[in-house]
Amino acid sequence: MAKLTYEDLEGIREKAGKSMALRLGAADTFITVHMGTCGIAAGAREVMKTLLEAISVSGRGGIQVTASGCMGTCATEPNVSVTIAGSQPVVYQQMNAEKIKQVFQAHILEGRVQAEFVLS
Amino acid sequence: MRELSLHILDVVENALTAGADRITVRVEESTATDRLSIWVQDNGKGMPEEKIRHLEDPFVTTRKTRRVGLGLSLLAAAARRCDGDLSVTAQPGRGTTVRADFRRSHIDLAPMGDIAATIGMVLLANPDVDFTYTHRVDEKDLTLNTRELKSELEGRALSDPVVIHHLTVAIRRSLKHLTSGTTNGSSPREDTYGKTDL
Repeated sequence: MAKLTYEDLEGIREKAGKSMALRLGAADTFITVHMGTCGIAAGAREVMKTLLEAISVSGRGGIQVTASGCMGTCATEPNVSVTIAGSQPVVYQQMNAEKIKQVFQAHILEGRVQAEFVLS
Repeated sequence: MRELSLHILDVVENALTAGADRITVRVEESTATDRLSIWVQDNGKGMPEEKIRHLEDPFVTTRKTRRVGLGLSLLAAAARRCDGDLSVTAQPGRGTTVRADFRRSHIDLAPMGDIAATIGMVLLANPDVDFTYTHRVDEKDLTLNTRELKSELEGRALSDPVVIHHLTVAIRRSLKHLTSGTTNGSSPREDTYGKTDL
């Protein structure tokens, strides 16, 4: 049975391995993508995918990304919660690839909450 | 759902909600029999028989946040639309197996879509779950499991968003090889498993 090849794993180790210990140190930023049926149908997986790519490109460590179920506001999915240590959690609504890129750059990297997307 | 891989993500999320820590996803596609089947097997808390009987009723759900459950009823409808079926077997306390079956060449069959992204998400969000994924297209197949990945990479690697990003790209690339060489009318489109460049 075919497996992911040794080259694949070697490549992953090479690309991600060196700075992994650093990234997996104490996280100060927690991002949750809500992935109930509603979130998935509304595009949560694409939002998560874009987010992972942005984290990869940025080289920023200390970010923990996770998924959770529906939080009850299905009409505003995909919802993404961002908590930076020492600040209140912020819930963003109706995310898509473009908006999550903006949130990542402005809020997570530069500390400016993107009020226009915040769930009110 | 626009992609079968989104249905898979949804069923796996159900399994996790049921407290599973061992989950197997198996996809089998056959040109010869013109079938596409998906199994999601877990060791979660299972379901009482009463619940299974009403599974396809969207107004039956155990959730507390709203009163409509959607996931399995959507998948059942998708399977039925494509000359297929959904079957669920479960034992309380022992786990659940969901099997969805489709006619592979059916015009209404949604594309598999970005199954690599589905797998990546599941791994990242649940690094402690023992997860196996097998995908067969005719005589070629691909398999991965988290125990091996952890021993090949490092125990905590699957909690690292950057590792998951690269892993997703690697899975996507491997899946391309599964379908290469089977380009007849009933084969999935070339972009079926998502774009390799992400």
